Amino acid sequence: MKRKLLSRRTFSRYGMLWAGLALVGVMALCALLAPVIAPFDPSELNVDVILQAPSLAHPFGTDALGRDVFSRMLYGARVSLWVGFVAVGLSVAIGLVLGLTAGYFGGLVDEVIMRGVDVMLCFPSFFLILAVIAFLEPSLLNIMIVIGLTSWMGVARLVRAETLSLRGRDFVLASRVAGAGPARIIISHILPNALAPVLVSATLGVAGAILVESSLSFLGLGVQPPMPSWGNMLMEGKNVLEIAPWLSFFPGLAILFTVLGYNLLGESLRDVLDPRLKE
Amino acid sequence: MIFLGITIISFSVIHLAPGSPTDLQTTMNPLASTDARERLEKLYGLDKPLHVQYVKWLGRLTRFDFGRSMSGDFRPVWDKIKERLPLTFGMNVASMILTLFIAVPLGVASAQFKDGVFDRASTVFVFIGFAIPGFWLALLLMYGLGIYYPILPVSGVMSLDYDTLSPMGKLLDIARHMAMPIFIYTFGSLAGMSRFMRAGMLEVLRQDYILAARAKGLPLRSVIFKHAFRNALLPVITILGLSVPALIGGSVIIESIFALPGLGQLFYNGVMARDYPLIMGSLVLGAFLTLAGNMLADLAYGLADPRIRSKGGGA
Repeated sequence: MKRKLLSRRTFSRYGMLWAGLALVGVMALCALLAPVIAPFDPSELNVDVILQAPSLAHPFGTDALGRDVFSRMLYGARVSLWVGFVAVGLSVAIGLVLGLTAGYFGGLVDEVIMRGVDVMLCFPSFFLILAVIAFLEPSLLNIMIVIGLTSWMGVARLVRAETLSLRGRDFVLASRVAGAGPARIIISHILPNALAPVLVSATLGVAGAILVESSLSFLGLGVQPPMPSWGNMLMEGKNVLEIAPWLSFFPGLAILFTVLGYNLLGESLRDVLDPRLKE
Repeated sequence: MIFLGITIISFSVIHLAPGSPTDLQTTMNPLASTDARERLEKLYGLDKPLHVQYVKWLGRLTRFDFGRSMSGDFRPVWDKIKERLPLTFGMNVASMILTLFIAVPLGVASAQFKDGVFDRASTVFVFIGFAIPGFWLALLLMYGLGIYYPILPVSGVMSLDYDTLSPMGKLLDIARHMAMPIFIYTFGSLAGMSRFMRAGMLEVLRQDYILAARAKGLPLRSVIFKHAFRNALLPVITILGLSVPALIGGSVIIESIFALPGLGQLFYNGVMARDYPLIMGSLVLGAFLTLAGNMLADLAYGLADPRIRSKGGGA
């Protein structure tokens, strides 16, 4: 399903692109440079500074174990981005393979794959993820795999539609006449032309995966403490909401900005890359 | 056909995962012997091969028999689900109605004054609405309205003194408890809905018959509300049907934050206790509701749009 959130003229296309790039870039830098920027060790306990409000020494305050929230959030950025990228990488890989196969070969293969997509789309994905996570150990790797395995359907549909329309184009026919086999046609002619919309949906997918990871961690079924993640920091913050509200504030803000960044980037990429939306 | 696929996935997801539901009662319980474990497995039919278990489960499913819960009270899963359904269902319907009442005018106004100040402001709001995690918004509200200015209760469905209240007071009490959760639900779907309404309006306003209506001198107001509005509502109906899975997923988080005894909380507890029958039952039910939502959307679409209806009848 194509959703176009913005018309190009409501905001300038490049304004959105830059805003998105800035947010995404800052978060990526935080994640990469976490060991350099972080003023404290993210898991260093300090009983002298338990639940302190934000101050110069601890810009975002300290948590119930005296750990520096700012440092933990920097390391939390690593977790969120890592989950986002690996999960989306997996879902794009599955979606590409199934979409290309269904679209190129058609017939029964197409029928079987697309019915599979229909069935998977019937599950409330968060329900499905929770159910699977409950039976696996909720480790970082498992979360990434499960999010990837439950989010490939959109890409598969997109790639299939793209493949269907490319399959009958002259340059593909020419290649077939010249004797190219299906593998070669798919890889060197269809795939490169179908990548633009996949890139858009992957960018938006990173935002989605980060939201899901933080929700899971918030419920205690995601990234497990003491490894910091924005979601499990909010979970810990909830228990002391009355006395230390800042614990429930900053990690959420980080999620908001990161997801906003990837959404902005994805939407403006769609405008730039998808010529059919140009008026 | 799709329903069969749903049951196969629900069943295999849970049975192929490592760990057994009897783990909690046996390996984690030092008092239980291997003998006890075997008896438990026999009791639940877990000693039979997978395909036999599946066929048996499917057979019972057709009679709404989801089996018995494995945790705590061992009551039939369907009974547990039934008593939780009204709360979740009610909250979702209330928030859907609220969403429509806010999002539709918002989208229409945005489209009518496209690129104006209002449109820009609502676009910014939409982007933030898409990015804000619902559980974080819930925490902020709980702090703001529950703790800092304690005007709303932060958990549960009713107060402790509920039974002593007058009928009017009871209603008010429940409404006060529901206010924050319903607000979160509504906020979550508001952004998407208003965007779809806006896109629908823009699409319709470009059509020739709108131009014709304007050209023959009808006032803008009546063109928008009589000619454009009804057609622009069509995609919104579809989105309403398609938003069922998101609402069901959202209920897990919202109900666990606000301690509301609904379907989402039941599922969450089931997940925590590895309650196979409960999880499978909820998964199937969730998928079934999603399917029903899609069908309902198709049906409503047909009712609202004569073009679809005639196509369906003629072909």
